[in-house]
Amino acid sequence: MHKYVLKRFAMLIPVLIGVTFIVFFILALTPGDPVTIILGDNATAENIAKLTEELGLDDPLLVRYGRYMLNLLKGDLGKSYSNQLSVADQILERFPNTFILAVAAILVALIIGIPVGIISAKKQYTWLDNTFMVLALVGVSMPVFWLGLVLVIVFSLNLRWLPSQGMGQGFMGILKSLVLPAVSLGAGSAAMVARMTRSSMLEVIRQDYIDTARAKGVKESTITIRHMLKNALIPIITVVGLQFGQLLGGAVLTETVFSWPGLGRFMVEAIKKKDTPSVLGSVIFLSVAFSIVNLLIDILYAYVDPRIKSQYKVQSALGRRRGE
Amino acid sequence: MAELLEVRDLFIRYETVDGVVEAVNGISLKLDKSSTLGLVGETGAGKTTLAKGIMRLVPNPPGKITKGEIIFNGKDILKLSEADMRKVRGKEISMIFQDPMTSLNPVMTVGEQIAEVISIHEKVSSKGAMEKAKEMLEMVGIPAERAEEYPHQFSGGMKQRVIIAIALACNPSLLIADEPTTALDVTIQAQVLDMMKKLKDKLNTSMILITHDLGVVTQTCDYVAIMYAGEIVEYGSLRDVFKNPQHPYTNGLFGSIPSLAEDVDRLKPIKGLMPDPTNLPKGCKFNPRCEYAEEICRCQSPETTEVKGIHVVKCFKAQGLV
Ligand SMILES: Nc1ncnc2c1ncn2[C@@H]1O[C@H](COP(=O)(O)OP(=O)(O)O)[C@@H](O)[C@H]1O
Ligand SMILES: [Mg+2]
Repeated sequence: MHKYVLKRFAMLIPVLIGVTFIVFFILALTPGDPVTIILGDNATAENIAKLTEELGLDDPLLVRYGRYMLNLLKGDLGKSYSNQLSVADQILERFPNTFILAVAAILVALIIGIPVGIISAKKQYTWLDNTFMVLALVGVSMPVFWLGLVLVIVFSLNLRWLPSQGMGQGFMGILKSLVLPAVSLGAGSAAMVARMTRSSMLEVIRQDYIDTARAKGVKESTITIRHMLKNALIPIITVVGLQFGQLLGGAVLTETVFSWPGLGRFMVEAIKKKDTPSVLGSVIFLSVAFSIVNLLIDILYAYVDPRIKSQYKVQSALGRRRGE
Repeated sequence: MAELLEVRDLFIRYETVDGVVEAVNGISLKLDKSSTLGLVGETGAGKTTLAKGIMRLVPNPPGKITKGEIIFNGKDILKLSEADMRKVRGKEISMIFQDPMTSLNPVMTVGEQIAEVISIHEKVSSKGAMEKAKEMLEMVGIPAERAEEYPHQFSGGMKQRVIIAIALACNPSLLIADEPTTALDVTIQAQVLDMMKKLKDKLNTSMILITHDLGVVTQTCDYVAIMYAGEIVEYGSLRDVFKNPQHPYTNGLFGSIPSLAEDVDRLKPIKGLMPDPTNLPKGCKFNPRCEYAEEICRCQSPETTEVKGIHVVKCFKAQGLV
């Protein structure tokens, strides 16, 4: 297992090189110059030249990329062009907020999606199933920012129940300010989870071992959870994992609508300012986070399905024999 | 001998988009305590449906028991509440399904799966249930320490042993075994069957053994019911039916018992195929395939009549009418 984890992290290296390369060059090729953005339109030529040199922007592109990667090897993500603060510090300050939001959104997705999927599968083709699946289709296709705005209008502006902007103070404050962004971010994932739960449940619902369980006199609720859901879990975990990874990196719109002080908004601001080190740092950080989530999902598979676990065992035994 | 089970005039149908499948059509049968009934018939005759009907496990939709009574230990189980019926399943009536490869839950250890039925029906701690599960494993010839393993770590024959352990764990008075050996290797079939027979005698369990292998019936059963198109066309003691078969279909089955020289493993005894269960023929359901069929067979359905004692048959020819 350790070896497997290490291998997975080693696989991350080419991914990171590729991603940073692409981001670096896209940012360099888009119009606009960070120096003029920082100094404003009426900066003197002298100041511009000085700052350009300070930031090392007068070097050729490949040299700059090489320098960045060397620093990265030393664990240095550099400083923001705009405020000269350490990129790593700024990311670490904002990432927990994004993480909290993503966790809350995935909880919303699980709490709604799994029961809806189970009920839909067990009542396949009834009006209830049809209603749920139409709602799920709406949920999947609804733009996040639109739902966010509707929620804000209804629950903050009209009913005045929940705050619409920023992150509250203290546990209750955070919780309250989390509800609307988490719901608008989680709704789409809830729909995905519901659809996957339904189809995965339908795969197992007519399996012979379900008959065996019924013939033992097992209660229907126990059959549903212990015998059906547990067997239907692998595809559901896959979807949840993918959704969670996306939520980590893709909360940009929600964070903007709700002024949530997370990494997504940080990245958008950085792109606007052509703040290459901040954008690159965020992308690298999110890629690593995404890989860790995927790795955890893979490990989770083995816990859920003993057949996968013994596969891992066989593989590592083979590996050992080959002297890997 | 005391009567354990009586099925009276049972009808089961599946309502599908292709039409109504008339799977069980007025079946009546009786079973005494600690005896074994062999239920024989081709694929599609309705054997599994009848067995699931007795367990009240016919999938609904599309299936439905439309008529009849199932008297078990003096009470009609079709009238029980679902909660009371659950107390019967696994405790008083157990069922073994056809395919051991798919009948065990792949994500539970075999120990857990045996222990589950014990903890549902008996007042034991979960530790006690697991102890007993291990005893059951030993009883079917699997070392107790394998209780922690998962189904994929067992061979087909071993899986069927585990399933038998589940079925017998609460000492039911009736075991319904639906072609328990059909999916197994020939070499293992005899072993598993032998073990079932020994255990059933030891635990004093009655059994309905569903099969299309007449050899299995002669080895194991006291009574035989021959099933065709959802009906029992002949019923009697093993001796009566084998020595003095009355129905042309029964005769056809015997005519097709594979001899050792021939390599026949499926019953295809008589020319023609089972009728389409959504569109059963008028009159005797066997008449299109019957070499003796006459006008009456094509328009009227024969009554079940007595041959001698409990030996009964559903055929105009046997009644001397054709
Ligand atoms: N779930 C179902 N839905 C529709 N038809 C079914 C279903 N199960 C069985 N049948 C039909 O009922 C008839 C009897 O099947 P079955 O009881 O499985 O026969 P056997 O066990 O003797 O092979 C067959 O024609 C089969 O196609
Ligand atoms: Mg069958």
